[in-house]
Amino acid sequence: MSPPGAFVLERERLDDLFAALTRRGYTLIGPTVREEAIVYGELSRSADLPQGYSDEQEGGHYRLRRREDGALFAYNVGPHSLKRFQLPPQTRLWRARLGQDGSLTELQETPREHARYAVIGVRSCELRAGAILERVLLGGAHPDPADRARLKDAFIIAAQCTQAAATCFCASMGSGPTAHEGFDLALTEVLDGERHYFVLDVGSERGAELLADVEHAAAGAGEQAAASAGHARAAAQMGRELDAGDVRELLYRNYESPRWQQVAERCLSCGNCTMVCPTCFCTSVEDVTDLAGEHVERHQRWDSCFTVDYSHIHGGAVRGSARSRYRQWMTHKLATWFDQFDSSGCVGCGRCITWCPVGIDITEEVRAIRGEEQASVAHA
Amino acid sequence: MRALTDSPRGTRGEGGASGPEPGEEAACAGPMVPAPFTVTAKRRETSDTVTLELEPRSGEPLRFAPGQFTMLCAGGAGEVPISISGDSARGPLVHTVRAVGLATQAICETEVGGVLGVRGPFGSPWPLAELDRGEVLVVAGGIGLAPLRPAILALLARPRSGSVTLLYGGRTPEDLLYTGELREWPERGLHVAVTVDSAGPEWLGHVGVVPRLLSRVDFDPSTVRALLCGPEVMMRFTVAALAQSGVGGERVYASMERNMQCGIGHCGHCQLGPTLVCREGPVYSWSALARWLAIREL
Amino acid sequence: MQTLDELIAAAPLFEGLDDRYLRLIAGCGANEHFAAGEMLFREGEAAERFYLLRAGAVAIELDAPAGGPLLIETLHAGDVVGWSWLFAPYRWSFDARARETTRAVGFDGACLRGKCEADHELGFELMRRFAASLTEDLQATRLQLLDVYGHARLD
Repeated sequence: MSPPGAFVLERERLDDLFAALTRRGYTLIGPTVREEAIVYGELSRSADLPQGYSDEQEGGHYRLRRREDGALFAYNVGPHSLKRFQLPPQTRLWRARLGQDGSLTELQETPREHARYAVIGVRSCELRAGAILERVLLGGAHPDPADRARLKDAFIIAAQCTQAAATCFCASMGSGPTAHEGFDLALTEVLDGERHYFVLDVGSERGAELLADVEHAAAGAGEQAAASAGHARAAAQMGRELDAGDVRELLYRNYESPRWQQVAERCLSCGNCTMVCPTCFCTSVEDVTDLAGEHVERHQRWDSCFTVDYSHIHGGAVRGSARSRYRQWMTHKLATWFDQFDSSGCVGCGRCITWCPVGIDITEEVRAIRGEEQASVAHA
Repeated sequence: MRALTDSPRGTRGEGGASGPEPGEEAACAGPMVPAPFTVTAKRRETSDTVTLELEPRSGEPLRFAPGQFTMLCAGGAGEVPISISGDSARGPLVHTVRAVGLATQAICETEVGGVLGVRGPFGSPWPLAELDRGEVLVVAGGIGLAPLRPAILALLARPRSGSVTLLYGGRTPEDLLYTGELREWPERGLHVAVTVDSAGPEWLGHVGVVPRLLSRVDFDPSTVRALLCGPEVMMRFTVAALAQSGVGGERVYASMERNMQCGIGHCGHCQLGPTLVCREGPVYSWSALARWLAIREL
Repeated sequence: MQTLDELIAAAPLFEGLDDRYLRLIAGCGANEHFAAGEMLFREGEAAERFYLLRAGAVAIELDAPAGGPLLIETLHAGDVVGWSWLFAPYRWSFDARARETTRAVGFDGACLRGKCEADHELGFELMRRFAASLTEDLQATRLQLLDVYGHARLD
């Protein structure tokens, strides 16, 4: 397979790439502008992408801005991630007819095949998150009920970030800004005066085979340099930092840090963070019957550890306070995830910071807990 | 403790209309599809608790290891995790269920001939292989005797060196489970001591909390192993009393309860620190848990 | 404003104690302050101190997994909190939490314990007083356990 940055695709040829995917039976999914945010939608042509848009992100703040140029990927991540496909927000697991004696007949499981997706514009942090989620859902003793987590079934065209948002910290988590694996093709967008092109990384045989079907050229030194400059710009612009080296041990030592109470006073327990987080995987399983009691369906839907009922056992909720629920989320994401799945659960995408209505910042919380620990040691 | 893999699932949904399409491979039903079991016997234990015996509608009986649980559902009223209470060597699937909510109420109201949905078995079992030799203390509180019953039956089934003692506590005499067996088990070699928190004068047994029964038992603290199940508060005090007698947490095992929904390690509800109760539990070595149980609202 | 000595001399728990013992005990004591919600001690921790409450309120609690801690008893000004420092294995069996701003005299129980070992007369005097207090607690707890308000037979 060729080294990264070996090829160039002109902007005009992007639709040829789309067409080649469609010919191979893929449904194209990619970023689109909808309701003032960039979210995944179905694409038919490259003009469906957010041409000439940037995003502005901060704690509790997300805005789209128009650009002077026609850049297609000049923004970072929106509230959607690959999680929508790997673990859909709502899935019917099965439906059945309910007999008088309680027996279930005519039980139909929802079929496990799903549309062949080609997802365009996936960022490095998302690829890492997708791999983590795949491990969660497929790496255990029991397969995921809906079994959609397998990323290799999807054709992935990554977009290498050439800018970073103020809430990005993928560099701290080792998941970006530049992706090296997990994609079939990766595009680095370059706008150079009149010229608009993409420098390509081929990540798989399948990617090479697709590219062979589209007019492209070998990349020259200048083009490769422009792409590298884009990657470097993204790395330099990282809006936030998280000192990830010992964060698991730090949090294990600090379950009683006074910081938890402080953040709890701001946290609304709304669960936005868990919905936008690309690795949060908690779901609820519910049985629903129709009014006549003749049919029953079992549904799996996204849930959040921030709801009071989440930890309910006979007698009440185990985590009744907002303090305990925020602590659960953060220690799971950054600490116990290692024990459960051999990696961090956080990829540094910053979505939880952007979409928190009160702008709670996971990187600031880690810093504060470390600070509290050092202060209490100093006073001892 | 690693969970045992699922028992071979010989059943899927009812035959007929749900069978595979012509030409399609007959796939194994996914882990979220319950298998139908018929209630073959029902016995009332207490005012709110029943014991049900279940046989599969088709296929093999469910194989399990003592300590494991299934996800049970009645009609569309929802699924709940219930410990298996039967004999792992033979016989029907047995579940002792207390009606505390909609789903358990529906299960408890199912009569003989009715059908329940069963998924499982799931979870980690009691470490019976380590209990072949040496004394064993089984300490149960309330409905906590239900997940311990299969362990007791397994311990009594094979010849062993070292006594097995059951210490069992309930709220009142009317709240005790398996009262018939509590009288029979001593004939099979089990030492039994039962206590209640309060009783009328017709009760001739102990009155007092379960940890107090420990002082009445002769055991070698350096080799005894203890299996616990009951309210967490009771288990903590029992562990403290055992520790005071010289029994370390590494020889104490407890069955824990958290909100289990999927039973297969996916939904995330049953997290207890870095573990999932449906997977690393419900049976844990106490020494593995102690530091986590000390954290309020973990 | 009472001095520590005066306070201890006035406390019912230490009534009748010889002056030299009162001074010794005062020497092991120090003023302490707890904010509302602050823990005085936790179940399982080493029991090294005990407290004579001057103002405020302390809840004796047991942590339970669902629905928050179980409230066992409340203690107020004049009450003594903690006796596990005097009896093996010297570990707290319960949690104690300040329900409101609480001022107390905290005593170094480990130190006092050592002094009791050295001077058995002091040991007897303290043991006698704490045992009496515990007897009262036990009787009260038994009554509480009877659930007299809810017990069908006692209504």
